[in-house]
Amino acid sequence: MSTAIKETQKIIDEVLEAYPEKTRKARAKHLAPNDPTGECSTCRVKSNVKSRPGVMTVRGCAYAGAKGVVWGPVKDQITISHGPIGCGQYSWWARRNYYNGRTGIDTFGAMHITTDFQERDIVYGGDKGLAAALDELREVFPLARGIGILSECPVGLIGDDIEAVAKKKSEEFGIPIVPVRCEGFRGVSQSLGHHIANDTIRDFVLGTGELAESTPYDVSLIGDYNIGGDAWASRKMLEEMGLRVVAQWTGDASVNELGIAHKSKLNLIHCYRSMNYICRHMEEKYGIPWVEFNFFGPTKIYQSLRKIASYFDDRIKENAEKLIEKYKPKMDAVIEYYRPRLEGKKVMLYVGGLRPRHTIGAYEDLGMEVVASGYEFGHDDDYRRTYPEMKEGAVIMDDATLYELEEFTRRLRPDVVGSGIKEKYSYHKMGVPFRQMHSWDYSGPYHGFDGFPVFARDMDMTVNSPTWSLIRRKR
Amino acid sequence: MKTIKIKDHNELFQEVEYVDQFARKREFENPWPEEKVEEVAEWTKTEEYKEKNFARKYIKINPAKACQPLGAIFCSSGFEGTMPFVQGAQGCVAYFRSHLNRHFKEPMAAISTSMTEDAAVFGGLNNMLEGLNNAYTLYSPKMLAVCTTCMAEVIGDDLNAFIRQARSKELIPADLPVPFAHTPSFVGSHITGYDNMMKGILSAITEGKKGEPNGKINIIPGFDTYTGNYRELKRLLGMMGVDFTLLADVSDTFDSPNTGEYKLYPGGTPLEEAADSVNALATIALQKYSTVKTMSYIKTEWSQQALVLPPMGVKNTDRFFDEISRITGKPVPQEIEDERGRAVDAMIDSHPYVHGKRFALVGDPDLLLGLISFLLEMGGIPVHIICTNGDKKFAAEAEELLGSSPFGQEATVYTGKDMWHLRSLLFTDPVDLLIGNSYAKFLWRDTGTPLVRIGFPIFDRHHLHRYPVIGYQGVINMVNWIVNTVLDEMDRKTMDTTSFDVIR
Repeated sequence: MSTAIKETQKIIDEVLEAYPEKTRKARAKHLAPNDPTGECSTCRVKSNVKSRPGVMTVRGCAYAGAKGVVWGPVKDQITISHGPIGCGQYSWWARRNYYNGRTGIDTFGAMHITTDFQERDIVYGGDKGLAAALDELREVFPLARGIGILSECPVGLIGDDIEAVAKKKSEEFGIPIVPVRCEGFRGVSQSLGHHIANDTIRDFVLGTGELAESTPYDVSLIGDYNIGGDAWASRKMLEEMGLRVVAQWTGDASVNELGIAHKSKLNLIHCYRSMNYICRHMEEKYGIPWVEFNFFGPTKIYQSLRKIASYFDDRIKENAEKLIEKYKPKMDAVIEYYRPRLEGKKVMLYVGGLRPRHTIGAYEDLGMEVVASGYEFGHDDDYRRTYPEMKEGAVIMDDATLYELEEFTRRLRPDVVGSGIKEKYSYHKMGVPFRQMHSWDYSGPYHGFDGFPVFARDMDMTVNSPTWSLIRRKR
Repeated sequence: MKTIKIKDHNELFQEVEYVDQFARKREFENPWPEEKVEEVAEWTKTEEYKEKNFARKYIKINPAKACQPLGAIFCSSGFEGTMPFVQGAQGCVAYFRSHLNRHFKEPMAAISTSMTEDAAVFGGLNNMLEGLNNAYTLYSPKMLAVCTTCMAEVIGDDLNAFIRQARSKELIPADLPVPFAHTPSFVGSHITGYDNMMKGILSAITEGKKGEPNGKINIIPGFDTYTGNYRELKRLLGMMGVDFTLLADVSDTFDSPNTGEYKLYPGGTPLEEAADSVNALATIALQKYSTVKTMSYIKTEWSQQALVLPPMGVKNTDRFFDEISRITGKPVPQEIEDERGRAVDAMIDSHPYVHGKRFALVGDPDLLLGLISFLLEMGGIPVHIICTNGDKKFAAEAEELLGSSPFGQEATVYTGKDMWHLRSLLFTDPVDLLIGNSYAKFLWRDTGTPLVRIGFPIFDRHHLHRYPVIGYQGVINMVNWIVNTVLDEMDRKTMDTTSFDVIR
């Protein structure tokens, strides 16, 4: 075991000391020093298991994964938060999944629509009310192309049959009505919600549409939720390469795009965690290959463009090279300007989905080093993809708690931390520069050639804000 | 080096290459023809649509309310060293924390017991026991205040028995206060949760504390998300020399100084003082509908004077000070009288821009009552009043208040309705101004009604919670926001006319 790994393990052990014994043992399996080679057998974190009660996990629930992440962005369907009032209220237009359309007329993304369960629904069941709610929605939103019924905790506990209601009403209305069993108590995090949502897209929408014409260059952009316009920035590059993006899942997606993706020749997946399931399915059922890519930062973008192009003919390969040639000077200029301001700065990441590994290259393009990274709801396959991206001895965290994040920050002294809204303001109080890496802190896009300059600007403004120096610490 | 220009989403997607991209993408979207979309958009503005919209009984669209545990943890976090502890599924707590973070731009700690499928089958006892032990060991609270998510309520977890077991197994100290409240999200709203938790905490920590009267008064602000209100109360009662206990004081929790150190428990009502609240002269709630059960408990169990005195608007604030003065025997000092004079002066100076203006209001019951009262004093005309979490009693009280003024005659109070109902109303019976939370900005966009942001949550404007809306200073703040919104709008509308005045 190398010195770097030993030293990091020592830090981890110190941090773990505060826990009661049982929890300490459990948490020890989720924290490890990084070994990029894979030789160190103890440097593997355990993941995708239940959070310990009472430790202040950052994780959310299956509903958050299904409604908030996968289904919520589908713009021309009505997404019902089925159950009590809160879940839909707290997730209302919080993820900034941008879309084009007239909200409340032909698109419904920025809306909070709920059956608002009352005690009588718990006692007598909510199915009758749900059927009536669907009728009412049909009246007030006649242009909806579909309806999703996203279950909250009580629905599964009281034994409602939302599938039957959905089936009946779907036949009556002639649009897909999708029952999604994403009750928050299912699984251990958002992750199961992604899976359940993928399965329901598969069962209720995928394969229901047709393309008027096909080309050899038809691709689907999968696992991009268009946060701050990310998918649009990605699509721009793919189109410039000569590819035809027939479906965008699910940022700015229409129900139709969910229905026709099986006609694409290649699935391009950005957020592997939340949508690998549907890619595997399309591979098995329709023989569509899929490729993971990374559109954060020029280094990874160039690699990814070439990787994607390798699935196509020379024309596309040449286009990819032309595209890189066209944008490289712009990317170099961004790096030339920002790198001196950010060189050598240490980054700590604790996020979800793809970002704990996918953004590392973008930081490195700016001369920054990621010294710790972790996933809220990653699985083993995510971690296996992460280890080689990070330096030896970096801290890997799975399902970190507020306490752990604070302690690692104290010990690793990162210059900037990227995590979520729940972490943001405690870092501000600590005087540690911070960016939200879920919502891009209301900025973006961060993907693609148009996104990287925004990313660089935002990291610079955060790390180099003069406001941090005004903090007067108690001696 | 000169700054380089970076375009983010605000500008990028207006560029022609993106506009073209969006047009190309429509090929795959199966969009409705533009004329059809336009036709439906116009139809949603009609009386006919309004009738369909108001016929809704089973679905809420853009409702203005949250669920009980949010109010409960907000309440808990206002007590010294207190960790809000939520028995149930973990996503709820992630949501509550995010919601409060986004409003206050402040950290907020709360614990979940992370119940999953096995707890749904076997009950949440093990989660509660391990959760209490972990939370106590890791975060060293002086009090753990327990509430529930709907999951724990549906499966019927027995909080009292669970907490007793945790003590007998020595997972938490025997003397650690662990008050609890059942806060099902399918009953009431966040204001009900606040009430239940407040009653839970007060009844637990005052147990056996009844003794000599302490001569103080208790103030319960209710579900009040203006940290400025708490500081304003402390300032005003301090000026009067009144000895008081704020139950619960969230001002430092949600507006703490930056000292380069993150404090898990940055303030809150000292537990000893809170325990002594049972011995006060009187308890005054500043909100009625978020303190119903608590006030009834105090009246019957503590045998105290228990009054509701909401200090929003001039007359309400007058009554607040008169009553405080009566109860404590302390006169209202000249400085406060001077503040009153300044507030009234501000209202008089600005009245030409507010008088006769028609308003739509959306928010929590108590906030709405305060706003109505203030607007009537200004000569404003409340027209549409939407209270998603209001009950019949609220409607009756609001209607009585409106009926008492010639300016209140045009108003209709809608309880249980949502912001999609309000959208119809704003089209069929337009008003000059809208007051509501950040989500009302969608109404501003659709109907063009200028929006004054007062309420909760306010996510898209910074720092408003630091400015009081209570007391005479609160009057000045409200006059400021309202009149200057009117004037901004007037400038926008007269840009191309001769009425673009520089002096208003």
